[in-house]
Amino acid sequence: MSTHTTAPPKTRPPGTPETTGMDAPTKDGVGSSARRPDGVPKVTGDFAYSSDLWAEGMLWGATVRSPHPRARIVSIDISKALALPGVWAVLTHEDVPGRKTYGLELPDQPVLAWDQVRYEGEAVVIIAAEHPETARRAADRVTIVYEELDPITDPEAALEVGTDALHPGGNLVRHVPIRSGDQDATADVVVTGDYATRMQDQAFLGPESGLAVPDGEGGVDLYVATQWMHVDLGQLAGSLGLTEDRVRITLAGVGGAFGAREDLSMQIHCCMLALHTNRPVKMMYSREESFYGHVHRHPARMHYEHGATKAGDLVYVKAKIVLDGGAYASSSTAVVSNAACFAAGPYNVPNTTIDGYVAYTNNPPCGAMRGFGSVQVCFAYESQMDKLADALGMDPVDLRIRNAMTTGSRLPTGQKVEGPAPVKELLESIRAMPLPPATPAGPLDLTRYPGGVSNTTHGEGVRRGIGYGVGFKNIAYSEGFDDYSTARVKLWVSGGEPIVEVHTAAAEVGQGIVTVQMQIARTELGVDQVVVLPADTQVGSAGSTSASRQTSMTGGAVRRACIAVRMRVLQKVVGTLTDDPGDLSLNGGKIVSDSLGMTLDLAEVIGAGSFEETYEYHHRKTSPLDPETGQGDAHVAFAFSAHRAVCDVDLELGLVKVVELATAQDVGKAINPQAVEGQIEGGSAQGLGLAVMEEIQIKDGKIMNPSFTDYLIPTILDMPPMQIDIMELGDPDSEYGVKGVGEPPAISSTPAIVAALRDASGKPLARIPVRPDDFLDFISSGDD
Amino acid sequence: MEFFRPASLAEALEIKAAHPGGIPIAGGTDLMVEINFDKRRPEVLIDLTVCPELQEWSRSNGTIRIGSGVSYSRLIAELAGELPGLAIASRTVGSPQIRNRGTLGGNLGTASPAGDGVPPLVAVGAEVEVASTNGARTLPVAEFITGVKKNALAGDELIVAVHVPVAKGPQQFSKIGTRNAMVIAVATFSIALDLESRTVGTALGSSSPRPLRAHDAEEFIAAELDWAEHTPVPANVAERFGELVAGVATPIDDVRGTAAYRRHALGVMAKRTLTWTWDEAGRLGAPAEWKGPRS
Ligand SMILES: Cc1cc2nc3c(=O)[nH]c(=O)nc-3n(C[C@H](O)[C@H](O)[C@H](O)COP(=O)(O)OP(=O)(O)OC[C@H]3O[C@@H](n4cnc5c(N)ncnc54)[C@H](O)[C@@H]3O)c2cc1C
Repeated sequence: MSTHTTAPPKTRPPGTPETTGMDAPTKDGVGSSARRPDGVPKVTGDFAYSSDLWAEGMLWGATVRSPHPRARIVSIDISKALALPGVWAVLTHEDVPGRKTYGLELPDQPVLAWDQVRYEGEAVVIIAAEHPETARRAADRVTIVYEELDPITDPEAALEVGTDALHPGGNLVRHVPIRSGDQDATADVVVTGDYATRMQDQAFLGPESGLAVPDGEGGVDLYVATQWMHVDLGQLAGSLGLTEDRVRITLAGVGGAFGAREDLSMQIHCCMLALHTNRPVKMMYSREESFYGHVHRHPARMHYEHGATKAGDLVYVKAKIVLDGGAYASSSTAVVSNAACFAAGPYNVPNTTIDGYVAYTNNPPCGAMRGFGSVQVCFAYESQMDKLADALGMDPVDLRIRNAMTTGSRLPTGQKVEGPAPVKELLESIRAMPLPPATPAGPLDLTRYPGGVSNTTHGEGVRRGIGYGVGFKNIAYSEGFDDYSTARVKLWVSGGEPIVEVHTAAAEVGQGIVTVQMQIARTELGVDQVVVLPADTQVGSAGSTSASRQTSMTGGAVRRACIAVRMRVLQKVVGTLTDDPGDLSLNGGKIVSDSLGMTLDLAEVIGAGSFEETYEYHHRKTSPLDPETGQGDAHVAFAFSAHRAVCDVDLELGLVKVVELATAQDVGKAINPQAVEGQIEGGSAQGLGLAVMEEIQIKDGKIMNPSFTDYLIPTILDMPPMQIDIMELGDPDSEYGVKGVGEPPAISSTPAIVAALRDASGKPLARIPVRPDDFLDFISSGDD
Repeated sequence: MEFFRPASLAEALEIKAAHPGGIPIAGGTDLMVEINFDKRRPEVLIDLTVCPELQEWSRSNGTIRIGSGVSYSRLIAELAGELPGLAIASRTVGSPQIRNRGTLGGNLGTASPAGDGVPPLVAVGAEVEVASTNGARTLPVAEFITGVKKNALAGDELIVAVHVPVAKGPQQFSKIGTRNAMVIAVATFSIALDLESRTVGTALGSSSPRPLRAHDAEEFIAAELDWAEHTPVPANVAERFGELVAGVATPIDDVRGTAAYRRHALGVMAKRTLTWTWDEAGRLGAPAEWKGPRS
């Protein structure tokens, strides 16, 4: 099934819909660029997002948040807010019915703060009122007296002995040491570097929102935009003091996620207000509030030392990585594990000394974001590889290829890479792609220059650079976690036509998992009509829409459930058509005997009955990392990608134009090639953002730019055309050979772009996002 | 909240006189953001978008009178030939959606130091026409803006129009932003050559609380340029011009950029735009043959 098809590079925009080598004659089945059902409604504005939810008689929720990054709460006075007409509830920590804290890994975050606040924007009081404006006015009338404390905002300082502990266990959330090989190894050529990445925001377009509807019997239904309903459910029921069967969650229209919806935001608050008032309650964050309402990408400080032989073979890598976890743990323990495990990059490194730390501070909490710990270290190790190539006088791509991981290579954790690891092939592919033309000929086209239509250069000061980056990351959850997925598939006949119903709890966050489920059902059952039911908690967990795992995990579950249904249908006709079920297949609404060339009508065979199967798909077992040596088979599988960036820099103004991105990625199998391209382009854009503009600027624990006015994400004029080589090398360990697609592009694009900027400017550019000042010698860019 | 939608300027002025605290709304691209951010809660909103007098522009005696409600898209489409500096600046504003809605009147109403419509007006000595039921008055744009987000409008007045002299030579506008579109200016520079009077007008944006002219730079360069022969600007002269421009700026450090960078960038933009305008003047021939800029 899995074939090695290295497609020739494709240039955007993609041409006609393509099919891969798979023999999938069913229309819109696996391997086709089937149209997504939400595509047109999203473009025309008809799609109902969670912020569009509405219920008869609903109230509006609002949140009172701490203006201080660190303070003791002296008193909370809600009386004036309660007195406002139209206000139905003003709740504090005292009103939390169950567990007063929550969290993905450690329940360390208060549902509503009581004795202290640890970050600016922490929720203290929640309000329900008849009108959102009334709720906001009531929020203004809540009087909270704080005693401000000096915030701890430097993660390294937070870890020093003597620094105040922000949590009972101290400020170290987790330390992941990894030791492999000879700890005293020495090398001919040594390069060191200090690198920093800043806080990136997921910048989804649909702010946190949901609607809670009390069921009148003490239970509640929550409609919400989230990434993993079942993990929400556990935390929600715990804090509401309800058994899980009395809380039902249904996925509402999600306007992007990128990791920011893994943690709870308004879920508990909204349900508390609904249960308290016995009315439906809607909550919807504003854009500014959203910046305080979800976790961000961990800023990192990374010290690296690479040693290599004169010939260019890596001898050792030493890395110390310090992540700023912010005020609460969120998924920090897993993020730092990734950062440590992948710290040496997709290379064979015999000796490693790696330490990953994540600290509590009074900065905004950090957690999951596309790339999850791999992004920060990829910037550092790829910067190091370029530095090493320079020190060795070698071509940077040759150096990478020389040390490239292959199938059978071992990570610093000792884990053997078992699936395809085409690091060399990816690099060779992008290196061979044609370069964009040097200088645009013809009339002045400002959009081609750094600064764009802002008209800052007509070519003056502009120099071009080329850079490469390659990266990798784990697929699915690691360290012994069993993030299985459940699918229920039912086949029956309606109006004379066979119809398939697929039910999973997989969160469609825009990536296309609904379409993928439809494609798989069509291919496996040979039926055109497939209905994917709304995702909710009435079916088993699908795990999170995270870690590039949903197509392989939920896709795998749907496929297995379909196969189970197919077996039962075929059992029914064994003996009529043939005695060998292996001779039978389902195609185009028919049961086909391949040897006899005879068909039976599927609808007739099904008749008035139905076939239903549920399948729980588990990935291979993984194990924890040894707490002292970091050794262990912690990961399920790995996905690789490489980027080449061509950038123009205006050396006098420090402005940048990314001219082109070329990328190659092994996706195992492209279930939907167009969706794969979408993921690659989108992920690359997010990586571009981190390289050159995206930063939540924080000063003394406070966010300085909580708006899209000043938190800049790339526009269409910043995002260049791409050449994309989608490799389908087929992972033997997954259904269809699928590998995750979503995260790798956000990992390798950033270092490639920064390398191109260095190539153009000769500047060290050790901190991202790169700022204009970084290109100008005479301006000190201030902090690190 | 009370909402008015006057059908004429006269009606608008009456409403404004009756409600001096009433807030006019044109494209709403600044005001709605402020309302959404809960920075303003207007009691009275006066929608000016259907006052016909504000949606028109006209020409007389070498001056274009632009109604305050004319959008950036129209400035670009209809006036790029006669007011090239303003048109170039308009192209840098926001996105197509913002340029379709946003107006010059709104830019002056907001009076943000980062307003991109303002420097091209200041560089050519444009005037603002404001009116109340008691009559109209005009004042230079540079005086109209009195501080950060402050203007000289009285409580009963509305911005009616801007009077901008038709270009008498090449004009340029350059804007620094850390993204290649849809970005608030980190710093901007406007330049306008007057080939008839052999003078140069300049203005700096996002570089001080109020829009600034670089008078010393203007005088220096007017004296240095070889108006008769149009020989290229010597590098050291362009450099000096840039220094003089950067020297008048009083920029700040903020989330968008550092003061040091802003000052530096102003010098570079001044140098480059000077060269572009001067080269264009050279290509177009002597002042006598000046037929107006290409659109
Ligand atoms: C996404 C986005 C991008 C933007 N990009 C830019 C940019 O690149 N450059 C830039 O300069 N600006 C930009 N802006 C700001 C804004 O678009 C401009 O300032 C625009 O000119 C405002 O015009 P408006 O008609 O929308 O004003 P409105 O929002 O309607 O009004 C703005 C202010 O002026 C007052 N006002 C309006 N008309 C009158 C009148 N006739 N008399 C008296 N007062 C009046 C209003 O009361 C209000 O205080 C951007 C805004 C957004 C939302």
